Amino acid sequence: MLEVSRLECVRGERSLFAGVGFRLDGGEMLYLQGRNGSGKTSLLRILCGLAQPAAGEIRWRGTTIDTLGEDYRRELCYLGHHNAIKEELTPLENLLASARLADEALDEGAALEALEMVGLAGREDLACRYLSQGQKRRVALARLVNERRALWILDEPYVALDAAAIELVAGLLGAHLQRGGLVVLTTHQAVDVAAGTVRQLRLG
Amino acid sequence: MSNKQINWFKFASPQAFYPLAGRMIPWFWGLAAVFGIAGLYIGFLVAPTDAQQGEGYRIIFLHVPASWMSMFIYLVMAFWAGLGLAFNFRLSGMMASALAPTGALFAFLSLWTGALWGKPMWGAWWVWDARLTSELILLFLYVGFIALQSAIDDPRRADKAGAILALVGVVNVPIIYFSVKWWNTLHQGSSVSLTKSPSMAMTMLWGMLLCALACWMYAIAVALMRVRTIMLERERHTDWVRAELRELCEPAGGE
Amino acid sequence: MLKLVHAIISRDLRLAMRRRADIVSALFFFIIVVSLFPLGVGPEPELLRKLAPGVLWVAALLATMLSLPRLFADDHRDGTLEQLALAPQPLGLIVLGKVVAHWLVSGLPLALLAPVLGLQFDLSSDALWVLSSTLLIGTPALSGIGAIGAALTLGVRGGGVLLSLLVLPLYIPVLIFGAGAVDATVTGLGAQAHLSLLGALTLGGVFFAPWPTAAALRIALD
Repeated sequence: MLEVSRLECVRGERSLFAGVGFRLDGGEMLYLQGRNGSGKTSLLRILCGLAQPAAGEIRWRGTTIDTLGEDYRRELCYLGHHNAIKEELTPLENLLASARLADEALDEGAALEALEMVGLAGREDLACRYLSQGQKRRVALARLVNERRALWILDEPYVALDAAAIELVAGLLGAHLQRGGLVVLTTHQAVDVAAGTVRQLRLG
Repeated sequence: MSNKQINWFKFASPQAFYPLAGRMIPWFWGLAAVFGIAGLYIGFLVAPTDAQQGEGYRIIFLHVPASWMSMFIYLVMAFWAGLGLAFNFRLSGMMASALAPTGALFAFLSLWTGALWGKPMWGAWWVWDARLTSELILLFLYVGFIALQSAIDDPRRADKAGAILALVGVVNVPIIYFSVKWWNTLHQGSSVSLTKSPSMAMTMLWGMLLCALACWMYAIAVALMRVRTIMLERERHTDWVRAELRELCEPAGGE
Repeated sequence: MLKLVHAIISRDLRLAMRRRADIVSALFFFIIVVSLFPLGVGPEPELLRKLAPGVLWVAALLATMLSLPRLFADDHRDGTLEQLALAPQPLGLIVLGKVVAHWLVSGLPLALLAPVLGLQFDLSSDALWVLSSTLLIGTPALSGIGAIGAALTLGVRGGGVLLSLLVLPLYIPVLIFGAGAVDATVTGLGAQAHLSLLGALTLGGVFFAPWPTAAALRIALD
């Protein structure tokens, strides 16, 4: 479904990586590995279409993502290095706002359930600036609970999380793979995901 | 047809354009000198003294070409910028940034010589005439373009951001010009009327055209020199620049 | 599509309401700048009436500039801008929503406040009325054009000053027609033509500016 060929990324004057290629089908997960500065985040951003590669192409269901444009973005869920949550808003407002901006139907009940699931019950109405780093990350990850888009691209999803939350995220990933979804993620922690085929790619 | 296109694309790469520009520069300098000398000769020695304005009017031989060039260069810059955005040519962005300082220089010259002309003619260094005001705003637009490009470290991003600014500017220039003109007609309180231009003698026109050509040639020569420097700077890690630099340094290294 | 624009407007308004201090300080900046002029040029009513349209409009431009750097910077910093750029709709529409929200919390309050300040300058009630309408009609263009500058200078060092350098020259037509309309009313000429042209600038600014802004945002994210 997702085919990447001969991808090259240049930052400033330095070539971060070149000739990167892989193929990912439904129910498969790609672990992106590499030391700091090897271009993992850059690769994820290129896969999303946020950054332009210096060379190479990315195809989704056989068509390049530049051609697909909005149709590709409709099937893509990206969780970046930043949490993309607003400090002034409460977890509930954040979750509802991001769903509306992504053009997804999410009612308040489902949002509350998702927050409860990531362990934020009782904190729904507290402005996010009062939450800890780990709790903020949980707010961001709560998006994944009701996320049914096919391709998940996750940048360090486990960072700042405790053991229980990591297990929870691994469960979400497993369920997504079982539904036939695709996951590309970077992480420094090896975490077992119950379902799906796991592939590895090392940069640098 | 297709042959021509291939040629174009060939010279769109800095590596191919660099030596070509190097060969063209002396010619443009030469033409600039020839036209400049001829234009100034006509301007100072042949053209008659103006009945109303005396000798002071002779500054138009620099003033008018400078104003023309300042506007024209902005258009050319926006053209290169648009080309760069549309086709992602590396050369386009370099050309746009090479042209900007020359355009700004001409806008500044136009204002400066305008002030020098204005003092004896109208008794004031500056009047809020529509043309002067638009020229000033054009200078602001150039300064904005240069400032934006120099504030962004990544040259590719600088090119693209500058291109958007240049295109937005080019759409706005006519709007700004007409609004300023309108504003000027509403506020025509001063006794100065600039719309009545004195009928121009043929020799004056010739002198002005020659000077304008000289400015053209100068602008092209300087822009090419600047674009060559930009190329070397941006592509300093490529093989062709290394080879080029080695060639440049060798005679010096031999001593 | 309208749903998306509505979603972004309501989110931005909600954020602005949680940070009312920003809105209030921009308004006070406007009040202070306008109040400084009589102290600088003297209190003669005749002179002040003559200066009022220009002073109020220039102060409005500056007050708008004050809030522009944050238009995209906050979203850029916390990663929300990436999410917006990945939304399955044109980024230009999202920008349109943000421009409207920006106007609601910056331009609109200025327009409502301006008549009160106009009283300090001894403007007639007709002129006050026109002043308020010109600001109402013209300030959306300021938000629209300003968005281009805000996107171009996103994450650039010295962004705030650079933003003014880029945007203020582009504001000149709005200033001319806005202040001109009030001036025309004060001197007894009709303001109709000014207002129509101002309206045209606003329509152009609000509906065309989001597209170069969106392009600039994508460049900033790359």
